[in-house]
Amino acid sequence: MMKRDECFGILARHITDEAVVATYSSAVDWVAINPRVLNYLSIGAMGLDSSHGLGLALGRPDKRVVVLQGDGSLLMNLGSLVTIAAAAPKNLVHFVAHNETYEANGGHPIPNEKVDFAGIARAAGYAAAYEFSDLRMFEQQVAHVLEQQGPVFATLHIEPSRPLNYDYPSLYDPAKRKAFKAAWQRQG
Amino acid sequence: MEAPATRLDTGPRELNGSAIIAAIKASGIEYILSVPDIVTSAGLLAPIARDKALHLIRVCKEDECIGIASGLSYCDKRALILIQHTGFLDSLNAIRGVAIEYKQPICMMVGLLQHEPNVAPRASPRYGVRIVEPILDDMGIAHHLISVDADVAQIKPAIDQAYAESEPVVFLIGRSPNAP
Repeated sequence: MMKRDECFGILARHITDEAVVATYSSAVDWVAINPRVLNYLSIGAMGLDSSHGLGLALGRPDKRVVVLQGDGSLLMNLGSLVTIAAAAPKNLVHFVAHNETYEANGGHPIPNEKVDFAGIARAAGYAAAYEFSDLRMFEQQVAHVLEQQGPVFATLHIEPSRPLNYDYPSLYDPAKRKAFKAAWQRQG
Repeated sequence: MEAPATRLDTGPRELNGSAIIAAIKASGIEYILSVPDIVTSAGLLAPIARDKALHLIRVCKEDECIGIASGLSYCDKRALILIQHTGFLDSLNAIRGVAIEYKQPICMMVGLLQHEPNVAPRASPRYGVRIVEPILDDMGIAHHLISVDADVAQIKPAIDQAYAESEPVVFLIGRSPNAP
């Protein structure tokens, strides 16, 4: 089992000009590790991360979009796997942090902790789907995952983390949305 | 007998899908995000699916459309969500969070299932139809009833305003548009 912040620390070394869509616990960890203008954090309703990512990927097929979604969030929008697979954006990489809990809502278990997200993504029609539970293996293969023609899916099997500080006013600051839009559109 | 204010003008009434699609295109819409709706199925969704000038994204559940449209708006791409009023009601939290609190230009075209076109939606005997306009008013969302061809002229200026002001707008389709 891995830790989310350790996974994100490795992932951050490979992120350059991609839009990174993250929310709740994933957003807290990601922003602490890699604060940058191209982080897209304002999801607005739990579960929509993957849908926002699809919109960004369709709108800028020349740029890569990385989604960092929680397991509880993906369960609220499981149909988005089918929608994304059908839309088939080649530039979308979709990670789910699978810690088997609704971490931001008190740490209660998700309905079936052992749900096979990568299997569902593969069956939905993603171009490729991976699973990682060993940090060294993730470190060795993350570049390969990011380079694949999408839509690509990867489950990160992680431990529930220490209690996080959810600073929502900062995460969802309108100025950050504005800055993201300006930076995303400036990208050549 | 219903009060006059609840009954819309009667007479020859028609709503042509081709006119609505022309207005959608004139508004700069490139993407249609949809779950099928029987009110708009033949007159809008079917011809849109055949139209190479519009990208149709078929989604599994209506609230997905809100996230996709928001993502597209950050790329300066305009989208129209084509759904049924039941799907609109199911998506209220997404609309609350994305369209209202994050002030995103989410444009929705909503078929009023089982609505009688000559009755004002607020006076509909159908509970699900009757509550739609009051909900929109409470949420502060601009809305326009599109029931006859003359109403179609409202579409382009309303979409332009939604994108100019970064705010949502809803078009309520009050009768099944004729297929082109």
